[in-house]
Amino acid sequence: MQKKMAYSFPDEVLEQVFSFIQSDKDRNAVSLVCKSWDEIERWCRRKVFIGNCYAVSPRMVIRRFPEVRSIKLKGKPHFADFNLVPDGWGGYVLPWIAEMAGAYPWLEEIRLKRMVVTDESLELIAKSFKNFKVLVLFSCEGFSTDGLAAIAASCKNLRELDLRESEVDDLSGHWLAHFPETCTSLVSLNISCLRSDEVSFSALERLVGRCPNLRSLRLNRAVTLDKIANILRRAPQLVDFGTGYYAAELQPDVFSNLAGAFSSCKELKSLSGFWDVVPAYLPALYSICPRLTSLNLSYATIQSPDLIKLVSHCPRLQRLLVLDYVEDSGLEELASSCKDLQELRVFPSDPFGAEPNVSLTEQGLVAVSLGCPKLRSVLYFCRRMSNAALVTIAQNRPNLTRFRLCIIEPKTPDYLTLEPLDVGFGAIVEHCKDLRRLSLSGLLTDHVFEYIGTYGKKLEMLSVAFAGDSDLGLHHVLSGCESLRKLEIRDCPFGDKALLANAAKLETMRSLWMSSCAVSFGACKLLGQKMPKLNVEVIDETEPPDSRPESCPVDKLYIYRSVAGPRFDMPPFVWTMGEAVRILH
Amino acid sequence: MENDLNLKATELRLGLPGSDEPERQMIPRPNKRTLSDIVSEGSTSTTEEDHQDTAPPAKVQIVGWPPVRSYRKNCLQGKKDEVEGGTGMYVKVSVDGAPYLRKIDLKVYRSYPQLLLALENMFKLTIGAYSEREGYNGSDYAPTYEDRDGDWMLVGDVPWEMFISSCKRLRIMKGSEARGLGCV
Repeated sequence: MQKKMAYSFPDEVLEQVFSFIQSDKDRNAVSLVCKSWDEIERWCRRKVFIGNCYAVSPRMVIRRFPEVRSIKLKGKPHFADFNLVPDGWGGYVLPWIAEMAGAYPWLEEIRLKRMVVTDESLELIAKSFKNFKVLVLFSCEGFSTDGLAAIAASCKNLRELDLRESEVDDLSGHWLAHFPETCTSLVSLNISCLRSDEVSFSALERLVGRCPNLRSLRLNRAVTLDKIANILRRAPQLVDFGTGYYAAELQPDVFSNLAGAFSSCKELKSLSGFWDVVPAYLPALYSICPRLTSLNLSYATIQSPDLIKLVSHCPRLQRLLVLDYVEDSGLEELASSCKDLQELRVFPSDPFGAEPNVSLTEQGLVAVSLGCPKLRSVLYFCRRMSNAALVTIAQNRPNLTRFRLCIIEPKTPDYLTLEPLDVGFGAIVEHCKDLRRLSLSGLLTDHVFEYIGTYGKKLEMLSVAFAGDSDLGLHHVLSGCESLRKLEIRDCPFGDKALLANAAKLETMRSLWMSSCAVSFGACKLLGQKMPKLNVEVIDETEPPDSRPESCPVDKLYIYRSVAGPRFDMPPFVWTMGEAVRILH
Repeated sequence: MENDLNLKATELRLGLPGSDEPERQMIPRPNKRTLSDIVSEGSTSTTEEDHQDTAPPAKVQIVGWPPVRSYRKNCLQGKKDEVEGGTGMYVKVSVDGAPYLRKIDLKVYRSYPQLLLALENMFKLTIGAYSEREGYNGSDYAPTYEDRDGDWMLVGDVPWEMFISSCKRLRIMKGSEARGLGCV
């Protein structure tokens, strides 16, 4: 009787049921129920997310999931953003595109982060996928506007082209003209990262004008202020807009034209761009400010009074990115005007200056933590902090899920007591029980890691720099943080003991980065030999690690779990540890 | 809280099984500097900031710290000078035949095309495109500027940064005089 029940649902019905299950975690759970569910599930999985492109090979993915329509891949480690990963390290997307070109002719979406994308890859995408719709290149590099021209010309149903924060060799603004006149499908276009001052403006205008579904448009600096009104009038349905250059001589007719164009955009909720702002033009935004939920002014070098005036017009703001020109006074205003605020990022205007250039301290963050009950995500650069302030923030905002604090000078103590900031960060992890991401800074001993290991049970990503006293610190984190997926450490006195004692933990994580620490070459080799499911990669640009005694510390270490075995696209300055011969699928 | 990591139970160790972990010497590598080396060097380095009147010891930059993305760093780099330089760089602009002069803030612009476009809008004329060989030939107007030496130069020859630091005033020449400028 029970056997019959197992076969009573036709596969098609199960497939239909599974189609309602979107999250990867749930899909993975479904596939573990039994063999037949695994089989059905893998044939109907349409979306795959690969958090580390070296954790698995393209062929393995294709073999397991033959009918994928959407893929998301991440390449370089996060610290690549700060120049800690040398050029040529890896993260090439071409092998993936080449394999998918044959296996997934109906692929629709490719989303990449921190990968090296070449014009050849882009041309292959343009040629291979007839129904291609979405290309998102987040912090990628290696391609030029020639590759973009190929995408524009060939992808007849292109919906999204988003180049956010990528490094593009901007050879000519003319690539925009490669979108055929028949292309009317664009929903999202983000070219804000293109650096050249030329853009084929007429091609852009025509493209915007013929895409009635365009919801998100982010321009680059080449588009001058006087042109913005023309663009907006062709796309009053925009929800998200990135201005180009927002500076010009103040002229009444240009101003009123711009203000009028903005006010005709009744759906506009999100603004960004604002390279080079002339404050006198900010009031042109006032008509849409009441609807704004997201505002990125993090490139706008405007002073606190102008920022305060603007922000006070935006009571519905949920997300604000801004430079530290906002100062404590601006943040106090924010705290009183924007009760819906969920995310705040304050970037440094002068990160390398020795002295503070603005009056932004821990007070601003304390004010926001007090005044904004929905605040969940914080990124804050400042020059001083105290345990008292951190404890207050933690008590005010136990709902924080992301807390990244960067005190600009390494090893800065509590400015009031001159003590380490262990207690302050300890309060953060203790009170904020749903904290998923944490970045530490300031003077910190092993104690802070004890707190983190004890309380950071939901912590998934931890960034550490210039902190700790001994291996005990690292041991606390690796043994205590049950949900840890990504750990990145630089310039800390963590060595072999903690790493080797917690080797098994590393298989439960996506990756571990350690640079300028005290892990010896011998320990790396041992780890590589004993843990076949980990790739232990040593990075050293000056000389091979085996030219020195085994007890010497390695410069940089990147460890990640992988079912694909060692990679073969490593540059000369990267060595994989462990001699086991692996059979590649 | 125990002071020692109790590793024996689960450990991977260096050295033969049954022996204690060998004494490890941390041999400092000659080419690598520790953080304290880097920070202490700060007071003896000679960067531009040393030459200011009230210069604090110049900071040697640690690679990748503070963690600001290069994307963001590049955007701010040029701007830092602008903001600290004060409130604008206004120069007089004269157009041959116009009854009065205007003033523009050169700091508002980041490139020649932007400046020329603004001038065209301001004075309702067409200047056209610059070429190294022909100047502004093909147009009735040629933008020129007076540099620090008092000489009148054609706008567009030198890199933008050099231009805005040496430009004292602008003159948009008209007619045959302008057309002649391309052929020198």
